[in-house]
Amino acid sequence: MTRRHLIHGLLFISPWIVGVCLFIAYPIGASFYYSFTDTSMLGGGSWVGWQNYVTLLTADPLFWKSLGNTMFFAALSVPLTLLLSLSLAVLLSARLREVNLYRTILYLPTLMPAVAVALLWLWMLNPDNGFVNAAIGALGLPTPGWLTDPSWAKPALVLVSLWTIGSPLVIYLAGIKDIPEEVMEAAALDGASRWQRVRHITVPLVTPMTFFNLIIGLIGAFQYFTIPFIMTVNSPTGLGSPLDSTLFYSVYLYSKAFRDVQAGYASAMAWLLFLIIMGLTVALFRSSARWVYYAGHTERA
Amino acid sequence: MSLSSPSRNPESTASRRRGSGDAGSVDLARGAAARYDARHRGWWLPWLVRTLLILACLAFLSPFAWLFSTSLKPTDQLSIMPPIWIPHPIEWYHWSDALTVFPYGQYFANTLIVTGLVILGVLVSSAPVAYGFAKIPWPGRDVVFLLVLATMMVPYQVMMVPLYLVFSTLGWVGGFKPLTVPAFFGDAFSIFLLRQFFLGIPHELSEAARIDGASELRIFLRIIVPLSKPALATVALFAFVATWQDFLAPLIYLQDTSKFTLSVALYTLLGEHGTQWQLLYAASFLVAVPPLLVFVLAQRTFIQGITMSGLKG
Repeated sequence: MTRRHLIHGLLFISPWIVGVCLFIAYPIGASFYYSFTDTSMLGGGSWVGWQNYVTLLTADPLFWKSLGNTMFFAALSVPLTLLLSLSLAVLLSARLREVNLYRTILYLPTLMPAVAVALLWLWMLNPDNGFVNAAIGALGLPTPGWLTDPSWAKPALVLVSLWTIGSPLVIYLAGIKDIPEEVMEAAALDGASRWQRVRHITVPLVTPMTFFNLIIGLIGAFQYFTIPFIMTVNSPTGLGSPLDSTLFYSVYLYSKAFRDVQAGYASAMAWLLFLIIMGLTVALFRSSARWVYYAGHTERA
Repeated sequence: MSLSSPSRNPESTASRRRGSGDAGSVDLARGAAARYDARHRGWWLPWLVRTLLILACLAFLSPFAWLFSTSLKPTDQLSIMPPIWIPHPIEWYHWSDALTVFPYGQYFANTLIVTGLVILGVLVSSAPVAYGFAKIPWPGRDVVFLLVLATMMVPYQVMMVPLYLVFSTLGWVGGFKPLTVPAFFGDAFSIFLLRQFFLGIPHELSEAARIDGASELRIFLRIIVPLSKPALATVALFAFVATWQDFLAPLIYLQDTSKFTLSVALYTLLGEHGTQWQLLYAASFLVAVPPLLVFVLAQRTFIQGITMSGLKG
């Protein structure tokens, strides 16, 4: 009986097994191997041991620059995204009749193709003629140089990333709707204000959503490619301008692999990225026992 | 002490609720919080929320307004500050130009082909795999499923270089195959979503059929699949949006301009017409129309799908 189930089970998941072997397991192993060679994308290369890693960590300033840029972006974009999407979700959870309209509007930008978003914001962030500075200027505030100013280029990208918070927003909204009415009512009857209820009931009870959005957001931030690639590549100094301030890790990796055709070096870069993401994910999972509250369910997923 | 008109004193309402422990008083208390709020927290609160939401929506919509306004402006009005929102005269021709300055129809078709094949591949492969993980009780099943989840954490960059080399050796670089073939071998996110959904279908249904002698394939095709249309639709929608706007994969695998998808084509447009923002904006929106349209038509399925993935995740 069990044996039959085993055979059938494996048969049904066989497409995935083949896929994992071909498109995941093999490339993971191969890239690990390549990272110790100086393989070129055009073929050929020999064993160089730790050379790639040593060069990356000690002799490649762009490695550190791009890593720093990516981490800066993640450190700014992810928390702001969580804050904004949770705040909007709390507002949306108020029982207004036209809530679906608001939700649709707030979700719409997520559907724009990344290339379109990049083009749109390129002109929007133009320091002299763009919408953003027109709006800021109208409020009487100083207008930054955005993509032309190395100190403002990354914040510009953070701003763009805040436009597409539809997914975490919807997830938070679902989490808020899940909170049992009795809990909120008991609190209200005990005299808790709306704000107190949000702070002490809503926020703790949606920590599973926060955890999910946090992990997904971090992984996405570290792999951020299309928008930084397009928004800076068309400037005269090339990728990551101005002054490499927007050179993201994945963009640098791409340029090493497909422009300098250094497959081995790029593979080493990829593995360092993997290690960093894994480290962060494991740390977050470990810490989650302390701050994530699963109401009622104690079984693991 | 009529419960239909709660007293102003929050203490007495609370103690009344605490005093009687049966379900009936909970029902009566339901709505008491809303009434309490309405009296003590101000009639203006819903309007404050409304105002904030409307402001947020205006902020989120303003880039779209800017897009349309800019796309219709004569060039000499592009750089005027403060910005002119309704240009005079309105230049519609940028929109027709966007369709002719590059072979939009060809690129649309290319993108449609790639996207269609990916959707087909994802549905055809992920559903049986999800069934295997959800409905067949085989030893080690849930441990192997953790592996599926683990593969979602591996950054694409790790696999990108060897994958390219493999496709290059196969001679597939330059065509659609690297973009479409992997979809036929299961997609972790879709498998996850469908597995969660299948788990929600009562086991009794498949068990009864099994006892009656039906094969697993039959149970899958005749019972599970028909019951899963919403989840399958969600998977198709997500695959559509993700593939339509994919940039990195077409960038590295497509070289012949005749095979470009819309994302890459839009990017080359930036290189060739760097300052013609009206043209670029019109083209950008035309590339965005299909996903936007699909969403507007299938909103509920979308939102349900995201909810499903986030809640069970």
